[in-house]
Amino acid sequence: MDRQPISPEGYSKLVSKMTPPSRHLRGCVRAFWVGGVICCIGQALTLLGEALHLTELTAPMFTSVVLIFLGTTLTGIGVYDQIGRYAGAGSIVPITGFANSVAAPAIEYRREGMVMGVGARIFQLAGPVLAYGITSSMLVGVLYWIARMWFL
Amino acid sequence: MDTFLMFAKAFVVGGLICVVGQLLMSLTKLTSARILVLFVVLGVFLGALGIYKPLVDFAGAGATVPLTGFGYNLAVGAFEGVQKYGFWGAFTGGITRNAAGIAAAILFGLLNALIFKPHAKS
Repeated sequence: MDRQPISPEGYSKLVSKMTPPSRHLRGCVRAFWVGGVICCIGQALTLLGEALHLTELTAPMFTSVVLIFLGTTLTGIGVYDQIGRYAGAGSIVPITGFANSVAAPAIEYRREGMVMGVGARIFQLAGPVLAYGITSSMLVGVLYWIARMWFL
Repeated sequence: MDTFLMFAKAFVVGGLICVVGQLLMSLTKLTSARILVLFVVLGVFLGALGIYKPLVDFAGAGATVPLTGFGYNLAVGAFEGVQKYGFWGAFTGGITRNAAGIAAAILFGLLNALIFKPHAKS
């Protein structure tokens, strides 16, 4: 009994027709639960910070420093790349992804020396984020200053 | 129960923000660096307009851990700076509020380069 209910060509056509939506959906499901779990770790760290009697000012610092430590260390031992391959944006969008984008080139360019290799490339990916993030924060800060002068 | 709800909110909101990033990546072919820049800048403006604050109050770490939360904190910092120091606070506030995170990223990044060897790309 080697019936072929569908021809190989027909099958591959069917595959290409079916794949894109389900692949997008799968990517979204993966990004959703991995991103959600990372945020829950952040929430747990915030609770831990409160338990350690950190203030309103230092508790968020504690959370982000520990998350960044986890992100860079997991990058160093090669685990974060695997998470990234599985989770896509779920590993890029959280602050651990920012840590990964600092640690990955730092490790990668070690062979080009500590100054022009590591030192220069450490912000290869995080640099644009800081440049545009900080610039826009200055922009809204100045707009807020103007608004306070004239309207408040 | 309250704690469970807190984590559920963080999970759902944080997850959804990542799904937005994933959709942008798979539908528009934006590189991850562009996604990160977009999210931070979006966070700054949503924070400045007061739209992001309710999300932070609702979801806690679910809203602050994604990079939009970093943007939000930059905007909040710039506003605090202006309230404290006037005009020049707009220049110092954003970085001041996020200095711990930025410094930690530099420190741990450098330590990583010292401790770990590059991994073979598979």
